[in-house]
Amino acid sequence: MHAIEVSGLRKAYGSLEAVREVDFTIEEGEVFGLLGPNGAGKTTTVEILEGYRKRDAGEVRVLGHDPERPGPEFRERIGVVLQQSEMWPNLTVQETHATFAGYYRAPRDVDEVIALVGLREKADARVKTLSGGQKRRLDLGIALVGDPDLVFLDEPTTGFDPQARRAAWEMIRSLRSLGKTVLLTTHYLDEAEQLSDRVAVMREGRIVRVGTPRELTTTDLQTEIRYRQDGEEVVLRTDEPTRVLAELTSAAVARGEELDALQVRRPSLEEVYLALTADEEDSTAEVQA
Amino acid sequence: MSAEAVRVSTRRPPRALFLHQLRSEQLVFWRSREAAFFIFLFPLLLFLLLGSVYSGHYQGVPIVWAVLAGLVGYGCANTAFAGLAIQLVLRRESGILKRLRSTPLPPATYIAALLASTLAVFALQTIGLFLLGRALYGTPFPPDVASFVVTIVIGAAVFAALGTATASMIRSAEGSSAVVNFILLPMAFLSGAFGPTKGYPAVLRAIGDVLPLTYFVKLVNAVYLHGHAVWSQPEALAVLAAWGLAGLIFTIFKFRWEPRER
Repeated sequence: MHAIEVSGLRKAYGSLEAVREVDFTIEEGEVFGLLGPNGAGKTTTVEILEGYRKRDAGEVRVLGHDPERPGPEFRERIGVVLQQSEMWPNLTVQETHATFAGYYRAPRDVDEVIALVGLREKADARVKTLSGGQKRRLDLGIALVGDPDLVFLDEPTTGFDPQARRAAWEMIRSLRSLGKTVLLTTHYLDEAEQLSDRVAVMREGRIVRVGTPRELTTTDLQTEIRYRQDGEEVVLRTDEPTRVLAELTSAAVARGEELDALQVRRPSLEEVYLALTADEEDSTAEVQA
Repeated sequence: MSAEAVRVSTRRPPRALFLHQLRSEQLVFWRSREAAFFIFLFPLLLFLLLGSVYSGHYQGVPIVWAVLAGLVGYGCANTAFAGLAIQLVLRRESGILKRLRSTPLPPATYIAALLASTLAVFALQTIGLFLLGRALYGTPFPPDVASFVVTIVIGAAVFAALGTATASMIRSAEGSSAVVNFILLPMAFLSGAFGPTKGYPAVLRAIGDVLPLTYFVKLVNAVYLHGHAVWSQPEALAVLAAWGLAGLIFTIFKFRWEPRER
């Protein structure tokens, strides 16, 4: 069964069309990354799926529910990390988790969740004494304490230092190994690439590309072949790297030459992303450069 | 499995959720030094101060009795109106309310627990006022306890409705306590919670005549100082009911769970 099915989704705020015609499905157990610049419509999309906003048009199914009219078990089965939220400043980490655990029929063990998000030493610290990264881990902990099947993570690592980010990635990977479905929004490309089974790139309220990180990087931009000849760098871009490379190298072998500093590389997801999300003129320039 | 069985097994029972949330609310309240001081302790401190400066008689009873009645009124507005409004704005703007909406805790259960928690704080504060008065100034306990309890619950309900309405009107966390105190303190003076308003200019008394706290103080005076039953004050009850209803209707239409867009 699909964990999430979205088709023809639209949402406008006044004259601003935040989401215009979005379709995607997420399978159970999949980590799905929604990638895009600020204002692309990621958060609006996610908040419609979470049940916070009403859509203007389209069909949405989340765990078999319409989030606008969810059954009583819908909220038992989802976990939410909002882009911005704070918790009661004077409760401890442990008390905050216990408070949220009490809302669910079958919560996970509170101490186990606190350990999972790496806050064991801070269990008795008041929330107001936590650092930004620790508060974010608290958000993740209380999203997991109800033992959800589907977890929404809206920019879960924004503001983290690199080390905290790696730790958060480990946690998100452990969610996948627990069989949870994860919908992750991020504007960090490496994050989407590292964590997601599939990535959808959003731009101006539309999904402009969806696929595995590998598919995006192999189908979207040409492979780049670089080498040095007479002290100058030569760059070739091609859809047929095997043929081009074979011709290039056999010619060089025939001439008895060495191709200096020969490199073959796939474009990174970052390059694909920049090409997809840049303005039209810029993206042409990017590809041709 | 029948549909009924599914429904029963998919959520914690409402009573368990209510009690869980009531406990959490109490923990949150008493953990906050600001809340415990300004909401709970402040009326008691005012009583210490005002009780020792006034002497003589008013309406045929020792004036310190009237001071106590006035402070029960002030305490009600301070706890159920001001305290509740400020807490709700802070929670809304920090995203706590929004976050709670995505949990299985039903919104009605959350509101019920928050109101019960507020009532509990106000009830404890009132008991504190009476114990303090008894110990220091010889004030008696209410002659008709049942009527007095009903009075307290009515006051808490009316001012809580006005508190949630005010929270719905306030747009940002920064200004919330300033706005609320700008309403609360003049209201307390004009309604006679801090002493009789007989000597005030007519225009101020005219303003006082429409304020809900004026009628709540009247009600407390009637029940506590003069031993009347709460139902013997139809005028005060009618005005309080009108204010409470207005607050409730405003809340229903304007209350938001989410912070202002940033």
